[in-house]
Amino acid sequence: MAKHPTPLLDQLESGPWPSFVSDMKHAAELRHTNPRGFEQQVPVDVIDDLLGLLEMSYEDGTTHWKHGGIVGVFGYGGGVIGRYCDQPEKFPGVAHFHTVRLAQPSGLFYTAEYMEKLCDLWDFRGSGMTNMHGSTGDIIWLGTTTPQLEEIFYELTHTYNQDLGGSGSNLRTPACCMGMSRCEFACYDTQLMCHTLTNEYQDMLHRPQFPYKFKFKFDGCPNGCVAAIARSDFSIIGTWKDDIKIDQAAVKAYVGGEIPPNAGAHAGRDWGKFDLQKEVIDLCPTKCMKYEGGKLEIDTKNCYRCMHCINVMPKALRIGDERGASILIGAKAPILDGAQMSSLLVPFIPADDPFDEIKEVIESIWDWWMDEGKNRERLGETLKRLGFQKALEVCGITPVAQHVKEPRTNPYIFWKEDEVPGGWTRDINEYRKLHQR
Amino acid sequence: MDDAEAKNLIIETLKSKTNKSKFYLKDFYAFLPDMKKMAVSKLVNTMVAEGTLEYWSSGSTTMIGLKGAGKQHATEEGE
Ligand code: HEM
Ligand code: SF4
Ligand code: SF4
Repeated sequence: MAKHPTPLLDQLESGPWPSFVSDMKHAAELRHTNPRGFEQQVPVDVIDDLLGLLEMSYEDGTTHWKHGGIVGVFGYGGGVIGRYCDQPEKFPGVAHFHTVRLAQPSGLFYTAEYMEKLCDLWDFRGSGMTNMHGSTGDIIWLGTTTPQLEEIFYELTHTYNQDLGGSGSNLRTPACCMGMSRCEFACYDTQLMCHTLTNEYQDMLHRPQFPYKFKFKFDGCPNGCVAAIARSDFSIIGTWKDDIKIDQAAVKAYVGGEIPPNAGAHAGRDWGKFDLQKEVIDLCPTKCMKYEGGKLEIDTKNCYRCMHCINVMPKALRIGDERGASILIGAKAPILDGAQMSSLLVPFIPADDPFDEIKEVIESIWDWWMDEGKNRERLGETLKRLGFQKALEVCGITPVAQHVKEPRTNPYIFWKEDEVPGGWTRDINEYRKLHQR
Repeated sequence: MDDAEAKNLIIETLKSKTNKSKFYLKDFYAFLPDMKKMAVSKLVNTMVAEGTLEYWSSGSTTMIGLKGAGKQHATEEGE
């Protein structure tokens, strides 16, 4: 039977959706029955106490977790987050309840065998509760005690060839969409870039040296399956330069109803006949398409590469061949100043192994932010404080119209001396001819 | 200043600060204004590895202090 009564939590199980309360109760039960016979190294009733502590928070409307703690394992300044509760006598199972972050495989491809091994280790040395995957994209293990940390780390690195992820003022575990492994829209190899940069920047990942957290995310195209533009300080999003490739016969087949639009996603009820004008051409954000005399045309210069037309008619339209990526910077969650999406920094950059051009941009931004960023200031906040122009400057990028978010919000123009013919120096005698003292 | 001197200066400076025990990396840059920031962060990490200093993390932010100094598992006032 339940160790602590949890009437408030129980109520959460009554809704139509799967409930984390039911999952936790199930996991608590499994620890007691222990059918696979693990020599459980953390208290057997860790999850019972977690439920009890949460019920107490629901009753008194306040958290019972202390904020932070000393960090984890030898040589690393991240990957383990110390968590302690402020009611250890009542709930000894969660007196220590540290989080461990593990680097997930790029694109989240696991073998069942590997996944099982990871879970076995966590059932043995932790609570058994996982979050696959956390908001940053990594594997989150919830709840272990201090003495288990080095044991877990040793086992992970020596037996499983598995590294920890990032936490604190570090580079956070980079994450990518599944890209070329499954998706014909991928404009570059997101998995390769994610893996390469993770290896390249090991030092930043494991040893805190930034003003605050810093996240990379890699989307293969503007569909944004890892939502890089909203979830990362440095968002790399695949794009292309040349024309969208059009198969006119296939366009006709969509118009004629022979191929279902959106790859058949609109099934289950009658959505009516496909209307190219209404569903594609009128919805193009830049109105750069037209369909006349049975021929679809796209004015490439005005196309945003928003993916809408390609998503609707994937058999007729294909991404171009001159592929690379755009770099956007500065997204963050709402803690200070509200949420922010990334803003365009580099419109087009080659995205091929070994990704030297991209590394150069990353390092220019880091040098600047490590210098100018205040403690606990995300890149997006530094940008707001010092101006986006500064970021263009440190990366040596000439501003173009696409860098302007909204025109004419600031009436002041400050020239630098080298932008003014003749600079600041003047001939005082020439000046005095016109101006008396 | 060589590394040994820099390490000593860090330890002495931290010991002299009695009002708090945990510091941002940027504070260490200020202790050693003539050293490159990258070099300071490498030195700090070496000192953590050697066991002189330790990292403290809220989960989102990392701070650094003398090993064993101050509270180990909670935020100090004013941080
Ligand atoms: C082309 C000529 C001028 C330009 C571009 C100019 C521009 C400006 C600007 C941008 C401001 C700040 C407005 C604000 O903060 O809201 C300002 C304020 C002011 N200007 Fe000018 N100005 C010009 C000529 C003059 C002249 C000839 C005088 C006086 C003889 C003058 C007196 C003032 C004063 C007193 C203020 C402060 C107004 C206040 O605080 O409400 N300006 N000007
Ligand atoms: S972001 Fe684009 S390339 Fe990546 S999986 Fe999604 S649709 Fe495919
Ligand atoms: S990708 Fe978007 S902007 Fe470009 S033509 Fe298609 S709908 Fe228009």
